[in-house]
Order: sequence, then structure tokens, then C-alpha cells
Amino acid sequence: MQTAAPVLAGLDTEPPQAPVLVLGLGNILMMDEGVGVAVVENLHTRYRLPPDVELLDGGTSGMALLDDLRLREALIVVDAVRTGRPPGTLVVLKDDAVPAFFRSRISPHQLALSDVLAVLALTGEAPANITVIGVEPLSLETHLGLSDLVMARVEELTTQVIATLDALGYAVTTQVEGQTP
Amino acid sequence: MAERITVDPMTRIEGHLRVDCEVDGGKVVKAWSSGQMWRGIELILQGRDARDAWIFTQRICGVCTTVHAIASVRAVENALQMEVPLNAQYIRNMLITAHSIHDHIVHFYHLSALDWVDIVSALSADPKKASELAQSLSDWRLNSEQHFRQIQNKLKTFVESGQLGVFASGYWGHPAMKLPPEVNLMAVAHYFQALDYQRTANKIVAILGSKTPHIQNLAVGGVTNTINLSSQSTLTLERLYYVKSLIDQLGDFVRQVYMVDVAAIGAMYADWTAYGAGITNYLSVPDLPLDTRGTRFELPGGYIRNADLSTFKPISSYGDTYFEDGVKESVKHAWYQGGKGALHPYDGETIPEYTDFQDDDKYSWVKAPTFYDERAQVGPLANVLTMVAAGHEPTTRNLNTVLELAGKVAGTQIPVEALHSTIGRHAARAVRTGVLHEALANQWQLLMDNIGKGDYDTFNQPEFPKDEVRGFGYHEAPRGVLSHWTVIRDGKISNYQAVVPSTWNASPRDERDQPGPYEASLLDNPIADPEKPLEVLRTIHSFDPCLACAVHMVDTRQQEIVRLQAVGAQCGVTF
Repeated sequence: MQTAAPVLAGLDTEPPQAPVLVLGLGNILMMDEGVGVAVVENLHTRYRLPPDVELLDGGTSGMALLDDLRLREALIVVDAVRTGRPPGTLVVLKDDAVPAFFRSRISPHQLALSDVLAVLALTGEAPANITVIGVEPLSLETHLGLSDLVMARVEELTTQVIATLDALGYAVTTQVEGQTP
Repeated sequence: MAERITVDPMTRIEGHLRVDCEVDGGKVVKAWSSGQMWRGIELILQGRDARDAWIFTQRICGVCTTVHAIASVRAVENALQMEVPLNAQYIRNMLITAHSIHDHIVHFYHLSALDWVDIVSALSADPKKASELAQSLSDWRLNSEQHFRQIQNKLKTFVESGQLGVFASGYWGHPAMKLPPEVNLMAVAHYFQALDYQRTANKIVAILGSKTPHIQNLAVGGVTNTINLSSQSTLTLERLYYVKSLIDQLGDFVRQVYMVDVAAIGAMYADWTAYGAGITNYLSVPDLPLDTRGTRFELPGGYIRNADLSTFKPISSYGDTYFEDGVKESVKHAWYQGGKGALHPYDGETIPEYTDFQDDDKYSWVKAPTFYDERAQVGPLANVLTMVAAGHEPTTRNLNTVLELAGKVAGTQIPVEALHSTIGRHAARAVRTGVLHEALANQWQLLMDNIGKGDYDTFNQPEFPKDEVRGFGYHEAPRGVLSHWTVIRDGKISNYQAVVPSTWNASPRDERDQPGPYEASLLDNPIADPEKPLEVLRTIHSFDPCLACAVHMVDTRQQEIVRLQAVGAQCGVTF
């Protein structure tokens, strides 16, 4: 299919899409709802990622993420999830468990995200591999910042993202010295 | 006997809207619209630096991040009686229009077209006939038989792979689906193409806003884009001409595809011009300021009562007290402590008082706004009608284009009155997109001309007095009138209220028990099958519902992703 090719070729300065996207979702105004964004910020400030891995603070966006999600080899979603387990529990969903995640109401965002993935399924541009890394929230009050309980899990969630990237063949080895989030 | 149906949540996209309908004799006789989340941005902002408010407000919604940022800086600037440099106005105006065009294209093709277009039926279309039909409507370059055949094959692969279920709300083969297979195929082909053009629009937002989602280039007093025609790290001539090329590409799609599809599909669903009018008081605000103070605008706005364009009363400046004094919000039917009657946003309170869903009492987290104590519909339809009433030539011209084409397809003349309807809201959105595209091109030219005069200013420094100041900022957002209201003391926020478009449209009954626009629009809608109330979805989706900013989530665990209950049948249907 033809695309809307830029008339002035060469001026389109966007870099080509990296094969892997780590997408932090959540509303930072609602305490633990924003944990996905916090993990992405942690990755951004404390780790050096290979050029094939892109980080994105997706906020609570839905269709606005259409272009960011298309044509990725792998998508790692970090989000607050509700499965009925105790607050602070880490939840990792892979492969067959992922479609169920997007069809149930575990995270407040998958309604939006499932629309994006539906469109990309139709166009044949959906990510080949999706992993969801989540944590059970303690509180979703209107408040800026995570609860202490979930804040204490941010590093573990980050490690989980790094392990997932490692399994995909993208090593996150270098920790940037002298910087803290 | 009356049957009750509950659709929860209603929005495919962000937000949680529950709609209850009482159905009797095959049509809706009573309706309730309930926002299932709780809003509390004002609680976060109290005590914060007023210059930072926009950073937080653009996080209250995932769909309309840009619009809350814009309304917020305008509110603070209004409180300070500030001037904003012309370049900053033009850059903001381009951001606003590009964002809105993006939003409207995505809404029609990717979020609501499948209420009207049957994907499965497109498989049985004759691509040659579909191409002939499309070419009879438009000169668009991608209406060839070969292209339509490719799309059909792609679609076939998709359906055969068994993934159709990802379109959870599709009612394939529903009796209310009436388009011939060829029209369905044409629409599906354009659905694919629209993906490329929404990207084109979004690129403009990303270039000017530095980032999307969540633009980074705003500031109270202007924008942070520095204009330097030779430095690579700023807004250069090269980049501006690239933006122009994107604007031109976008125009072809808007005029030759989007406006044409809406006219043609609308004409084939002409029966839907009889349903969904609801509240016909229309409120919109002027936008795209052309001067530093916001006294002249490219797009007019105002108020129309009872569907009568001759009642039009303009809102003409940022300081217009006609708008400022007219807005109130009632919590009589919302889960907040009340008893003080409807309150002006400066005096607004947000103290939760959850009861449970009570049909005749409180049943929503959304407050009910009124304009001079009347219910008002907001959104593209309100915007288009007020602009026509104001004598805005581009709007009248674009409206005539769509109505004439629809008339040609329907074989009968379509009057402006047909717009007061479910299908009319889609038509108005397409007309508005045509108008916005012209405005976007014009704002680009104004920016270039102003830079050409040697004016590179993009920012005026705000200064906050010790005393209390208050202000409001409005913006005609993709879903309608958005206003932010703020009270500031010594640079810090002491009160903040956002009256969002979905608050106007999705709100419950008001102080006088008058239904809100969604509720009123559902009355008399036909319901062919209470277990598959596609007709309810059509009318609600025509408003482009998005509740993420109207209210915020409390808890999600209790409910299925989508729950549809036909009481009596007790049959849960996932859609």
C-alpha cells in the first residue's frame, strides 16, 4: 500500500523505529496507577539501553500510540494490574496469557491499548511478541507519586524488564554512574 | 413491558461510561448516562506553581493531552491579563488544528466507522464495482480496482486467521447494517489509508510540540520553540516547509476521502438523520486567536438555542463575561456533596459522596454543567452550527460541499436541519475537519509572514501579583468546549476546575432534573435487538465519547471489561 511519503524527501528527520519498545503506561496523577511511567523513567535515568530498544512514557494514551506500536518485533508493557492478589505482587504475562490480559479489565488502560492492537492486527503490523510486566497497586487515590509499597517494587520491575530484554537478545549491561532518579 | 439494558463501559477508548436504557416497543423511552470514575485534578493542583499547571493537566486524559495543556496556559494567562506573542499564538494554533484533524480522522475511521461498516460484508464485494463507485464520488488516487482488490485480500487473510474477535464491539451481520458490500469495501480501504494520514497529522504535532503524546513546548506566556532560521536545533525554515508539505498531503485526504465518505455513508443511512438530536442548545467557543490578547479569532463561537440559528449570540473574546458568567455545574445527580444548588466553577466543590446507582437520585461521577441554567450540547456539531450562524464563509462552504454530495447520493436535497441527529454529528465533524485544515494552512502562512517581518518573539515572562487573581481559559477541543478555571494567590493555585466537553455531553440530569445531551439523544432511538443494542452505540459514539478527563477511575476489579445486561433475558454479551 502506498503511504503518505514526504514530498521533501530527506527532511523527515525521524529515526527508523527500533525493533523493541518498552512502554510505560499509567496516570501519574493517581498514585500507583503511574507505576509504568516510573519504571520507564528509572530505566531512562539509571541504565543505558541498546539502540534497538526504545523507551516510551505512554501516559494513558490509546490511539495516539498507534504509530509507536506498529512494526515492532517486541513490545514490553509496564503497568499497574489488578488480578486480586495482594498489593505489591509482581505479575508477568507472556504469550498466550497476553491476549486474555487485553480482553479483561485487569489494567485500566488495556481498553485503549486493545483498540490499538486490534487495528494493528488488521493491518498486519502488530508486535510479534508482547510481554506485560505489572504490579498490583496499593492505592489509586488522586495524588502525585507512588505509595511506599509500590515504590519499593520499582527496582524489581525494572530488573524484570531488563531480564525480558535479555531473553529477547538485547543486553542492558551498562549502568550510568553517578546518576540517581 | 419495558426492558432495561445496561451498556458498560460504552467507550472503546479511554474512559468508563455506563449507559442504561429503558426499552419499550422497540425504542428507548428513558436513558441514564453515568461516568464511572472520579475526577480530582483540582486536588492535585492546589498549592502548586501556576506556571506548572499545564504539565499536570495534560495528564488527566490520554486522548486529549494537548487540549488540557492549551486550556491551562490560557486560564493562567487570562488571570494575569497577559499578552501572548503572535508567533506563539500561531504555533499553538497549528498544534491545535493538527491535533484536532488527527483526532477526527481517527474517530471516524478507527473508532466509530465499524458501527456502520460491516467488515465481513466487504469480503463479498466486487472490487471493480467498488472502484467505479468510489471514482464516481471522488478523484482520489487510491480508489483503483487493483488497490481495492489488495485490501480485500488482506482482509480475507485477517478474517480467516480468526482474529476478527479483536474488534470486540463489531456486530457483523446485524440487521441495522445496511451498506452494500462495495461501499463496505471502499470504507475498509479508506480505513487503512486513514492510518497513514492520521500519522501525517500527528507528525505536525510532534514537530511543533517536540513530543507526542504530551507536548513539551508550552509555557505560560507563549511557547518554548525558539525561531532561528539558520540554527538546526530550533524551528528552521526547512522544518517549517516540511510542515507545509505535511499540511498539503493531509488536505487531499480530508477533502477527497474523509468528507466524501461521510457524505456518502451518511446519505445511505439517511434514516439516522431522524434520531439522536437530543439537546439542541449548542455551545461553542471561538478559537485560533489572531492577536496577542485574544480579541480576534479565525474561528468564531457562541451560543444557539433550540436549534434556531437566528438565536445565535457570539462569544467574542477571552475576557467575554457572557461565557464567564454563564457556566454552572450541578451535583444534584452526581456523587458529590451538594445542597448549595448549581455552582460557578470559581466556587466549585468536589467532595465525593458515593451512594450507589440511584435512578432518581445520584448515579454518576460527572457533574452536570449548564449555560444560563440550560443544558447545552458541545462538540463539532455545535461548533459548525455556531460558525455558520456567525457567517463564517469557510464553514458554510465546506458544509455545502458535504450536504450537496450527500444529496447527490441520496437523490434528494439534504437540509441543514438534518444535522440535528446522530449522523449529523459525524457530518459536522467532517465539515469541521475541512475548515480546520484551511485554518491550519492559514496559520502556517501567518507564522511565515510574521517571521518574515523579523519578529522572532515566542514568549512573554509572566509576573504574579501577591493578591488573589482569577481567570478562565477556553479552547474549542475536538470534543467541544473545554474550559479551565483557576484562582491564584501569590503565584500558587488555590482553586482549579476543568469543565470538559464530556462533562457537558455525558452528564447526568441537572438541578432541574433535565437530562444531559447523551441521555436526551437516546430517546426514541430504535432498538432492533435489546441484546445487541448497536443503535445505542451509534448514537453515543457519534459524540466521540471520552470520559477519561470527565472523571477518574476508582476501581476496576468488580466489573467485566464490557458488561451488557438485558434484564429478563439475563444474557451477557461481550462486544
